[in-house]
Amino acid sequence: MKYVEEFADPEAARRILGRIAARTTRRWKIMEVCGGQTHAILRHGIDQLLPEEIELIHGPGCPVCVTPIELIDRALAIAARPEVVFCSFGDMLRVPGSDGDLFSVRAGGGDVRVVYSPLDALTVAEDNPSKEVVFFAVGFETTAPANALAVIEARRRGLTNFSILVSHVRVPPALRSILESPDSEIDGFLAAGHVCTVMGDQEYRALVAEFGVPIVITGFEPVDVLEGIHRVVAQLEAGTAEVDNAYPRAVRAEGNRVAREMIETVFAATDRAWRGVGTIPDSGWRLAPEFGAFDAELLFEVADVVAEEDPVCRAGEVLLGVLRPSDCEAFGTSCTPRTPLGAPMVSTEGACAAYHRYGRLGREIGARP
Amino acid sequence: MSPGWVCPVPLRSYPRVTIAHGGGGQLTADLIDHLFRPAFAGPADSAASNDSAVVDAPTSRVAFTTDSYVVQPLEFPGGSIGDLAVNGTVNDLAMAGARPVALSAAFVLEEGLEMSRLAAIANDMGVAARAAGVRIVAGDTKVVDAGRADGMYVTTSGVGILDEGVDVRPERIRPGDAIVLSGPIGLHGIAVLSVREGLRFGSDIRSDTAPLHRIVAELLAAGVDIHAMRDLTRGGAAGGLCELAEGAGLGIVIDDDAIVVPESVASACSLFGLDPMNVANEGRFALAVSADDVDDALAVISSHPAGAGVAVIGEVVDAHPGVVVRRTRIGAQRVVDRPMGEDLPRIC
Repeated sequence: MKYVEEFADPEAARRILGRIAARTTRRWKIMEVCGGQTHAILRHGIDQLLPEEIELIHGPGCPVCVTPIELIDRALAIAARPEVVFCSFGDMLRVPGSDGDLFSVRAGGGDVRVVYSPLDALTVAEDNPSKEVVFFAVGFETTAPANALAVIEARRRGLTNFSILVSHVRVPPALRSILESPDSEIDGFLAAGHVCTVMGDQEYRALVAEFGVPIVITGFEPVDVLEGIHRVVAQLEAGTAEVDNAYPRAVRAEGNRVAREMIETVFAATDRAWRGVGTIPDSGWRLAPEFGAFDAELLFEVADVVAEEDPVCRAGEVLLGVLRPSDCEAFGTSCTPRTPLGAPMVSTEGACAAYHRYGRLGREIGARP
Repeated sequence: MSPGWVCPVPLRSYPRVTIAHGGGGQLTADLIDHLFRPAFAGPADSAASNDSAVVDAPTSRVAFTTDSYVVQPLEFPGGSIGDLAVNGTVNDLAMAGARPVALSAAFVLEEGLEMSRLAAIANDMGVAARAAGVRIVAGDTKVVDAGRADGMYVTTSGVGILDEGVDVRPERIRPGDAIVLSGPIGLHGIAVLSVREGLRFGSDIRSDTAPLHRIVAELLAAGVDIHAMRDLTRGGAAGGLCELAEGAGLGIVIDDDAIVVPESVASACSLFGLDPMNVANEGRFALAVSADDVDDALAVISSHPAGAGVAVIGEVVDAHPGVVVRRTRIGAQRVVDRPMGEDLPRIC
């Protein structure tokens, strides 16, 4: 933790805030891509301390938020089956599908378990040979290596009762989709540090070359986030656009070769629907055909489950950065963390929930969400 | 687990709890006479066994509370469901300013529970009760089918006595009151998480489960005018502080810097995406006292092991009634919400 403390140091944070203020001469909209960064910004109140001119837009980097409703419905259908033990990361349990969430499946007698790692789900499969154990493999490039490893391990151990329901998505196609959107006003991006730890910076170099926006690879502690913002502002004010690595203690240009190889072995690129956003070409991964025996979508024949999103929910606009959560008609009224209409209100790092949690009473306490 | 328990003759042919142990017949009587009664026995207990216990209560004001305990797993680093069932109810009495006198304990046991495990947990309850100076005077046992009760559930109810002049409730909180936190937060919740199936991880974190009534009694004896208290159990420090603010109809402002989060708790929370402010404690409390009483309160609390690390973490304000606001380390202000339910580990 000492290594982390150093990057939460209030003195260092104030120094960088001073530098940002000194550099800023005009209005800039900067999107932090990763939900973990949104969480850090709101938890520490970083947005309150920035110059008025800088607006942070919370991007589509929360895996819970972007998992499409029909995939949730497929998860619910699988989890409700009597022969299934359904394992998931904790915060997927409250994400609303068309009819209930995984918690309600559990309350109805389904065996739904929270695990921290897909390898724990493998252990559950070994311990329960008479059950079908399904792991809900959601997430970005960060969770993909462990999920790939779980499948490789399951094959190596000869497990025939383990499968994964895959909903992997990737950051660069989402950034491209935002940059191509005519509504988008984003001037620069904080790229997700841990995604780059796995994947490296190549894909971001291509985006910078094509769209001419600064992209700074950024970490998750307050000093990391501030340094990322500082470097984006510096580029914007200087009129440059480059990929810059402000998280060198975790990110190398080539990424993590072993992890990437594992992903390439197990997964294949596919179009993915993003909740509220729609389908983005080549924006995700599915299991490669040779791993079909571990594909829960095939095993349980749920591919025909389709669903419509709540028409009131404007999650897509929020995720693209064109609508501030608090400007949505449903925000705080029909849509709250207790009664979420869309996924960004569910996860603690979802933009809407974060606004609701930390931005509430903003005026009274001097916040500026 | 108590290493010393030797199965007494009448229970010896039953290494596990059976349905018949809850049937109200001879086996139930054996369980009470040979397992619970010896475990709970205090020095002054008589052998009388009526349907109700009779307790001396030389006062007109009595505090009464009840709580059910359903922790999984039943044993965890630093304690067991038995410790919790005694300390939790003792603390609920203490938080009203009452002196705990007597507890009841009702058990829902799952058929198949190892008798030695039940004995160890009963022993933990007896040890905790004697340490807290309360008697377990009434009880009940039911047995349900295997697979229906996570091993066992315990419900304890407690009676406490309120001394003359003691008046502890959120409505007495005033603007300018200091908010005192009795020690580091998050230990119990993380200790339980560290041994939970599917999440097991190595750590040296132990639950903070402890009775708090002696600290409260000393505070009152020292003349500290406690306006209100909350033990910071489920819902964690955030939940307890929000209850104080809502009950008082006033705002509370706390400093992140002043709240002690043990490094091991901070690491685990960061790994699992949990907020230490939402993690359960079983031996921590927050109190509101007038600024004049702060030094006395700190002196009393810090003299107890369960009060090591006590600190003033904030103050009560007129602004934002019912809402707790924290000042972050880098100087911003944020609303503290009470957690929705149990905090869920985040994906990333």
